[in-house]
Amino acid sequence: MLDPGRRRPNRRRRAAQHLSSPHRRGTLVGFVFAPETAPMPTPRTLYDKIWDDHVVRTDEHGTSLLYIDRQLVHEVTSPQAFEGLRLAGRKPRRPEANLAVPDHNVPTTDRHLGITDPISRIQVETLEANCREVGIQLFDMADKRQGIVHVIGPEEGFTQPGLTMVCGDSHTSTHGAFGALAFGVGTSEVEHVLATQCLLQKKSKSMLVRVDGPLGRGVTAKDIVLAIIGEIGTAGGTGHVIEYGGDAIYALSMEGRMTVCNMSIEAGARAGLIGIDETTIDYVRGRPMAPQGALFEQAAAYWRSLNSDPGAEYDRVVTLDAASIRPQVTWGTSPEMVLPVDAAVPDPADIVDPVKSGSYRHALAYMGLAPGTPLADIPLDKVFIGSCTNGRIEDLRAAAAVARGHKVADSIKLAMVVPGSGLVKAQAEAEGLDKVFIEAGFEWREPGCSMCLAMNADRLEPGERCASTSNRNFEGRQGQGGRTHLVSPAMAAAAAIHGRFVDVREI
Amino acid sequence: MPMQPFENFRGTVAPLDRANVDTDAIIPKQFLKSIKRTGFGPNLFDEWRYLDRGEPGQDCANRPLNPDFVLNDPRYAHATILLARHNFGCGSSREHAPWALADYGFKVLIAPSFADIFHQNAIKNGLLPIVLDEAVVDRLFELATDGDEPLTIDVDLHNLTLDADGHGSIEIDIDPFHHHCLIHGLDDIGLTLTHADDIAAYEARRRAEAPWLFA
Repeated sequence: MLDPGRRRPNRRRRAAQHLSSPHRRGTLVGFVFAPETAPMPTPRTLYDKIWDDHVVRTDEHGTSLLYIDRQLVHEVTSPQAFEGLRLAGRKPRRPEANLAVPDHNVPTTDRHLGITDPISRIQVETLEANCREVGIQLFDMADKRQGIVHVIGPEEGFTQPGLTMVCGDSHTSTHGAFGALAFGVGTSEVEHVLATQCLLQKKSKSMLVRVDGPLGRGVTAKDIVLAIIGEIGTAGGTGHVIEYGGDAIYALSMEGRMTVCNMSIEAGARAGLIGIDETTIDYVRGRPMAPQGALFEQAAAYWRSLNSDPGAEYDRVVTLDAASIRPQVTWGTSPEMVLPVDAAVPDPADIVDPVKSGSYRHALAYMGLAPGTPLADIPLDKVFIGSCTNGRIEDLRAAAAVARGHKVADSIKLAMVVPGSGLVKAQAEAEGLDKVFIEAGFEWREPGCSMCLAMNADRLEPGERCASTSNRNFEGRQGQGGRTHLVSPAMAAAAAIHGRFVDVREI
Repeated sequence: MPMQPFENFRGTVAPLDRANVDTDAIIPKQFLKSIKRTGFGPNLFDEWRYLDRGEPGQDCANRPLNPDFVLNDPRYAHATILLARHNFGCGSSREHAPWALADYGFKVLIAPSFADIFHQNAIKNGLLPIVLDEAVVDRLFELATDGDEPLTIDVDLHNLTLDADGHGSIEIDIDPFHHHCLIHGLDDIGLTLTHADDIAAYEARRRAEAPWLFA
């Protein structure tokens, strides 16, 4: 028999306790003093509230038509969507609700030469032609605002709290840092949103990941999210929207919050969310595409009402103690294969589950690592600082602080810094960070996705080992046969200087 | 794009015995430079399937095959059902992954779990992802790898059952809306556009409530 008896998922919901955003405590008052005759409203999560405000209709199967406020568009996942519209004789419903930028294929050197790879060039030119044809705003390669979609959305104020946002890119979860419901979609759904401004969706389950207490010195947002993925696994968030809470999360800057939400997809969740506080609102205020003046104040009042209510229930709650998180380094070919920098490569023989043990064996063979090797003894060939995970100004400041006055080790063939956008690059140059990097022996490049996924010329050669601030250590991700170790910007800079991993807390 | 209606289906199984197979492995990034939806099949699992470095525009017929990769085993040469481990399709949202699987000839995917975006993308392209308990998947791996003959599976989308060639049959669970779309091959953009009045009414209400969204 094949049927072992059907299992049903446990749907018991757990209440969140003591969420640390001050605004959550603030919203309590309205409920406590509600008139006795009015029914007590059911406490809702931030996800519930954004969802409820965007449902156009729900069918008899429980599938909802969800209104999508904003879409980001890039060159790799959109050409077939525009082609689909053309073939069906359809037009975008709200071109102004979209913002486009080439990022995956763009070169990070010699921009004046254009794109030399003819196939990449056609893809970028196709994006430009499509946007021109339908009236979608595009930042082209010559525009100083050009950069990675997930960096420019927040930078321009295109990303705002309370929105529903999509992009044909899994790291759209980044924008959840603003308390926006933001998730990656495939090309068919890019086309669906262009044509209808809606998506067919079923509501996900909810998960609260709370990180309590203060973070240790040298421990960053990247280490928090890698530790979370190490804890719950790369499928831990499947079917869920994760809300991050706890004082360690609310103490982060918007850049740090974006790093955490960015890697929600590596935890299996389509979307990550962080409640809206004054840090969020201050970041959005005054940005070019954000509401201005009285409209901003009206928007901000609405945004403050969206946070999870006290007593709101989640399908799953996970708690981490911030003080126990150490700087993280991945050792394998999945982001869940991660350990603190002072640990050693694990032994697959110690793993009972045969599928997991097999995965570990494959990973170690691919990575060229022996069980028991201390992570700090792993020699490196290249260092990459950048990506939608860690290509923002704060990341460059953290890396520069470590690199300042030091030299990249002779054994490192290439250490490169790729700012997330033209504006990040300009800001870094205004602060003199470019000089710090160049004097230390790093290459200072033009903005784009670069060696996070190696669609342009920036890539690893077979067998090369890289300390990378990006988000995926999959086989071949940074170039066929390349070996990726994911770390924070400070850890990457320290690795460049020492030629191997070192604990940034000790320098 | 309207997809082809899904009929009841009979096919043989290729067992891919790895957990967390990501979409970078299913279709590596260099092939994402195409602006078409078709032609990705020869590069499906490119880095595992071939021994050389894959580049767009190559004639894959002349490339050296990796004899250890499951799809290069003659037993599984005509497989149309891919049996996989948990979290299949994780990582990048690239729809090129289901395009490549479909272009290669797969129609059905079976695993203990699929990554969310991949699952959605598969359905949109008329691929049927079936989630089964880990123990059932373990048993199917045994059946698919035992002996010299490939395992044949029948999927009955009307009665929602899966039959493993004389080894028993099991109920399958498919979201009712996805089921409806697969059976009828619906153009879901067309379907959404039948609710254009609802969308316009939503926009009008929202424009009044949250005017900054339309400024």
